[in-house]
Amino acid sequence: MRLCGGAPDEGPFALVEKRANAQRLFALDPAALAQGLTPGLSLSDARARLPSLLVAPADPAADRALLLRLAARCERYTPLAALDEPHGLVLDIAGCAHLFGGEEAMRARVIADFRAWGLTAQAAVAPSPDCARALARFSAGGTFTDQAEGAVARLPLAALEADEEIHFALGRAGFKTLGDLAARPTRVFAARFGNEFPFRLERLFGRADHRITPLRPPPDRMVERHFLEPFSQREAVESVIDDLLHDVALLLEQRGEGGRRFELSFFRADGHVRRLDIETLRPTRDEKFLARLFREKLDSLADPLDPGFGFDALRLAVPRAETCDAHQESFDGAARNDNERELSELLDRLTTRFGRARVLRFMREDAHEPERESRAVPASAPPSTWPAPVPGEPPARPLTLFDPPQPVEVVALAPDGPPARFRWRRKIHDVLRAEGPERIAPDWRLHGLEAPERDYYRVEDAEGRRFWLFRHGLYERGEAAPRWFLHGLFA
Amino acid sequence: MSRVKTLAGLRLVLARIAIRHGLGAPDREQAFALGASEVDHVLGGGLNRAALHEIHAPWADWSAAAGFCLALARRAAPERPLLWARPDFLDDEAGRLNGVGLAEFGVDPALLSLVRGRDAQAVLRAGMEAARCKSLGAALIEIVGTPHVLKNLTATLRLARAAEKSGVTLFLLRVGLEDAQTGPPPSAAASRWQARACLSRALSANAPGAPGFEITLLRHRGLTAERSWRLEWLRDQGLFHQIPEPDDAALPRSLPALPADGAVAPLRRRAG
Repeated sequence: MRLCGGAPDEGPFALVEKRANAQRLFALDPAALAQGLTPGLSLSDARARLPSLLVAPADPAADRALLLRLAARCERYTPLAALDEPHGLVLDIAGCAHLFGGEEAMRARVIADFRAWGLTAQAAVAPSPDCARALARFSAGGTFTDQAEGAVARLPLAALEADEEIHFALGRAGFKTLGDLAARPTRVFAARFGNEFPFRLERLFGRADHRITPLRPPPDRMVERHFLEPFSQREAVESVIDDLLHDVALLLEQRGEGGRRFELSFFRADGHVRRLDIETLRPTRDEKFLARLFREKLDSLADPLDPGFGFDALRLAVPRAETCDAHQESFDGAARNDNERELSELLDRLTTRFGRARVLRFMREDAHEPERESRAVPASAPPSTWPAPVPGEPPARPLTLFDPPQPVEVVALAPDGPPARFRWRRKIHDVLRAEGPERIAPDWRLHGLEAPERDYYRVEDAEGRRFWLFRHGLYERGEAAPRWFLHGLFA
Repeated sequence: MSRVKTLAGLRLVLARIAIRHGLGAPDREQAFALGASEVDHVLGGGLNRAALHEIHAPWADWSAAAGFCLALARRAAPERPLLWARPDFLDDEAGRLNGVGLAEFGVDPALLSLVRGRDAQAVLRAGMEAARCKSLGAALIEIVGTPHVLKNLTATLRLARAAEKSGVTLFLLRVGLEDAQTGPPPSAAASRWQARACLSRALSANAPGAPGFEITLLRHRGLTAERSWRLEWLRDQGLFHQIPEPDDAALPRSLPALPADGAVAPLRRRAG
């Protein structure tokens, strides 16, 4: 498939690049080509011949970005879409063509879609990627399923896309088409041009195949629906989602699996693709629950689903699945299992609505710095075990921690004693009870050996509010006056 | 449409009557005691498990009130999963929840799920989802001030109904109400409390003791006048205990000077 497009309508147009200290033509539109200009010509020569030529600098990065976007759009036809650089795309349509009414109908549909997106495309359907590329680039295109070899044989030598010397040598020898080459024994070419050459021919004729590397790994579990008439109503979208979930549930059941991640792709008629992801804590194929999650997701989108002129295809893939047994494990375990399932479904719903970063659980870290001992992580993380508090002791760590610790002004009766009074957020607190210091050294791997230690105090003010304060640095080291911080609040 | 509205209106009226007359009183099975006998007696045995309870606190006592809620949640649903829904910005105002601190307070962090909401609406929504989930023991919903959705009875009524149906104990922790000119906002909560920190009973060397709370029961079925108590939370036993009135009230006093040798005690409880 070959693409060119985006040129202005006004007249001959060219993209130029700087090569060997000169501006040279890089790509030309049909009008410029018709005037006899060719890529590689210097811009001054081209201007001399055609003063009305419009030019713009070539931007290979933008070309590639466009190509990537187009490849994503092409995932509506097949999940196996890859770049065929520099200017093409290759789609593996094995097993997909029937969804579009056969190969030729599919090719026509692709070309029509590209035209609708403002691009001119040339496309060929052939048994192998190289064969399709050659036919798309060097013939008028078409569907070549059985007669591919004959069609390739009629292609000019340029379809080899080999080095210039090879083309030159072959032209001198009087070869005109690929068919001329194929009629000769391959060892002749191998001897002259290297062993690669015969392989190249084999591939062009579709006798040797090679797999394309799709942009995104194709999911094993995938169902999709295509529609002749684009639709946009929310109810219609939901009913299609229900259908897809039903299909995917059957698929997962056959495989004895449950999904952990579900990806729904909405293909808009104008080429735009939107993807929605949901994740679950446990493997599931419960279509009702999943339908509820997707509804939740649709309702909570910050950037709502925009149907434009309607969707013409929806695809549901399950990129992550695990084995999942339909049967209850044991009779007495059933109730507990139900409870766990219900809770994980609650967390799934909340995660779908609020996002992974907002539905959290606590994870214990192997660190002795208070701020790193506990971390709030997405609910899908495994549970941690927590140390039991020392019996008979009041809580040694506060309920909350400030990040970063808040600076406070402190009056202490002794230089290395507990605070007697402190000011936090413009309010003075008189300390009535205090315990400490508990010395906590910073992690030298993070802060270096010179980082000052912290002396922590648990204090209670006259109103019974309990605080965790620390003194940063020590007097006896002869440093500047130590600073005080409030690190947390006790219940 | 109008019929639906009428029905909803009637339900509201009914609910108000039910609240006023204490209908749908809890049976003994459904109630949980705090452990402090005087409080439990006034509560008629304890608080209803399948209900919404509201705890008010001034800003400065936020952490004490949160502790009181957590302790109540532990009493209501020991060893069962908890959900805590809090608005984002509280992390800056009151600090981030600390897993180790929760464990030290007597709540297993492994049983706690935390939902951070962008605003009060999101927090209430998460709370509503939690209220419907039977496998949850209790849920704690933190609200600052009186957001628009809580200006009338509808939201709390929905929460209360969901709790009644699912058996999840709901605690609505409300801070920052002190600025309100109009008195407490309407609520369908089964009980309403005011919680503040109070001075703990000192351990040796004047170290702060078990967390103390000064709580006021503002509203409860059959309550005629507000009642206040000073309770401490005994984590190891998992119950509240009334702090005996001290003979000589603790008064601010200056701290005795420390030995000036600069030595650092290996263990805590040295200060003062």
